[in-house]
Amino acid sequence: MLEAINLGCVRGDRRLFSNVSFALTAGTLLQLTGPNGSGKTSLLRILCGLATPEEGDVRWQGANISSLGEEYFTDLTYIGHQNGLKDELTCTENLVISGGLAGKPVTQSAAHTILERMGLSGRQNLAARFLSQGQRRRLALGRLLSCTVPLWILDEVLTSLDQAAAGLVRSLIEEHLSLGGMAVVTTHQELKVTAANVLRLELPAGVLLGASAVGWSS
Amino acid sequence: MFRWLVARDLKLAWRGRADVLSTVFFFVIVVSLFPLGIGPEPQLLRSIAPGVVWVAALLAAMLSLGRLFANDYRDGTLEQLLLTPQPLYLVVLAKTFAHWLVSGVPLVLIAPLLGVQFNLAPHALLMLFVSLLLGTPVLSLVGSIGAALTIGLRGGGVLIALLILPLYIPVLVFGAGAVDASISAGSPQANLYLLGAVLVLTLVFAPWATAAALRISLE
Repeated sequence: MLEAINLGCVRGDRRLFSNVSFALTAGTLLQLTGPNGSGKTSLLRILCGLATPEEGDVRWQGANISSLGEEYFTDLTYIGHQNGLKDELTCTENLVISGGLAGKPVTQSAAHTILERMGLSGRQNLAARFLSQGQRRRLALGRLLSCTVPLWILDEVLTSLDQAAAGLVRSLIEEHLSLGGMAVVTTHQELKVTAANVLRLELPAGVLLGASAVGWSS
Repeated sequence: MFRWLVARDLKLAWRGRADVLSTVFFFVIVVSLFPLGIGPEPQLLRSIAPGVVWVAALLAAMLSLGRLFANDYRDGTLEQLLLTPQPLYLVVLAKTFAHWLVSGVPLVLIAPLLGVQFNLAPHALLMLFVSLLLGTPVLSLVGSIGAALTIGLRGGGVLIALLILPLYIPVLVFGAGAVDASISAGSPQANLYLLGAVLVLTLVFAPWATAAALRISLE
């Protein structure tokens, strides 16, 4: 179970959000919405443990993620704004190496199967720099298939994907949820996932800190 | 994981070998300019050789530091590396080791050849090789702290130089000192021991500092 307890985040002199709390149980999707700059990415980075929250805790299976350390990362796949691909490596190498680094080795043939599923068949030996934006996103999302982890954290998952790929992502998430996984997803489009448990969280636009206390006393 | 990361970085270095070669050529050219500029005076050349080669090695290491984390940061793989289920210490150690293999080892191998231009005796050439072998890993390790701190900053290259070059001073003093001692028929032992001590010290503490710097830079 992933729990967020009274999370707050401050960026510069702007309070992005405060008192964000939720509990995500097995088989649940959390869809995060909100205008640009409302702190969706910041919240996801806090949930991953990449950033520390201004206030509040993130707990995984009841334990604070900062005390879990690397143990938490074995249960987590994060795909951010950036695809995390190496331009110089081929599609297959990208999958095999990122699997190896994550401690879940992927064989060549498994990588080929994943590429086929992501609609990249025939491009196994093509360097990633020759892919289009949408294809790069597909390749990055292929990481979700290379290992089974309970928690997916996906930022702007539908960016630059076409209709077919968006449908593919939807079915991947549905499959993941039906196997008892959890997912936290931000999108600007409607994801239209048919799952029993879908939580929705809308972040409001951020406010300036101390906006009421402007001015000097002379 | 360590093996995977080293293999990945070596593969990437091989695919972008122009970058690596430019650092080595920089080293060769800087070192070769001195005999050309100063003229053929064997005694003078011999006495400046250790300092020249070591300063050139320092500058070449500086040049290559920009690549250590910047590329991984730009394409988002650094973020993924932070989320791998291993201590960040090991991740940093693997990246630094690969950096040393790619940009340190070529300097170590080519330096004795360049030393011939300075009329160095064979035992002095050997000492140049040994001192660089002990010293260049320190350059990569200490440099990684600066590289991690300046990730994503504009003009990071100059800032790395300002941050890191002062920290390179002990390596320069002991490294050039060892070669100097062997030229003037003294004993280079003390300098080598100190260089070894610096290496052990940085091997323990630098990756830890770099890991902390990476966490701050990526927050």
